[in-house]
Amino acid sequence: MKEISLNILDIVQNSIKAGASLIEVHISETDTTLCFSVKDNGCGMTEEFVKNVTDPFTTTRKTRKVGLGIPLLKMEAEMTGGSFSIESRSEKEYEDHGTVVTACFRKDSIDCIPLGDIVGTVCVLIHGIGDEDILFVHQTPKGTVRLFSAEMREMLGEDVPLGDPEIVAWVRDYLQEAYQSME
Amino acid sequence: MKTLEELSAIRNRMKSKVALREDSNEIRIVVGMATCGIAAGARPVLAAFVEEIEKAGLVGTVSVSQTGCIGMCKSEPIVEVYKAGEEKVTYVKMTPEKAREVMEKHIKGGKHVVEYTVGTAYNYGGRNHDSYTCTDLWRYRLYLVG
Repeated sequence: MKEISLNILDIVQNSIKAGASLIEVHISETDTTLCFSVKDNGCGMTEEFVKNVTDPFTTTRKTRKVGLGIPLLKMEAEMTGGSFSIESRSEKEYEDHGTVVTACFRKDSIDCIPLGDIVGTVCVLIHGIGDEDILFVHQTPKGTVRLFSAEMREMLGEDVPLGDPEIVAWVRDYLQEAYQSME
Repeated sequence: MKTLEELSAIRNRMKSKVALREDSNEIRIVVGMATCGIAAGARPVLAAFVEEIEKAGLVGTVSVSQTGCIGMCKSEPIVEVYKAGEEKVTYVKMTPEKAREVMEKHIKGGKHVVEYTVGTAYNYGGRNHDSYTCTDLWRYRLYLVG
């Protein structure tokens, strides 16, 4: 992957597939580090599956026997001297089930990929949103950008779907302005 | 400064429009958004379609959706176009520029952009040979006959 924001997009797709009703994407940056976590309340994974999940030959996809999303992210984070972790509680065993994926990157490493077009990632997430809600929070030393789909739904009511192209365009403008105002 | 309250205004403005428009969704555009698609550049391709549909006022007539791995990872970003009563058209190795061209020529103009379809890629790009599934080969045969 060329951007951390593409990894985020990819990891969130797993949460959607896990049937989560709430997905929290949290990015927190310092001058030298960038950590992000994707937390969901989806079906979770069994201990056995979590152990093997960073192995490319473990996947849920049906068209291939190889899944590279998680292994790629782990590699990219660790290459910078950062870290990767995944914790999960399966719905088979826990009532408060779900998964948290956390990756930390050292921005001063030459191997660190840029965050990239995070606004584009959030737009694609809002466009593809179903019944689940997504909370996006990005903290930097300069300030915080936040968007919560549940609050958007409250404003839009039942009349306008969140994934409507006009709403996606609004999200793009809203976030771009929020980032600009931090500069 | 933009605020969430603007969404209320958009809602009021769109309410009448949404009620009036008959969501025929006669054209469905599907973009592969699994790891393979995302890594190959599907995000800006999807964004280009969403943007162009909004600009052209085709919301309700043309829908865009995201899907998982289509099974030809080498040819990502892949875009499938479903039109009522027509054979599905599969575009491969898409870019935002190609997406805009497909919007103009195929979605608005009704003419397939043959050079970007999986059939053509198969014909000229022999290297991708092994990444096509049987159904696609079969579809390619139909495409040649039709």
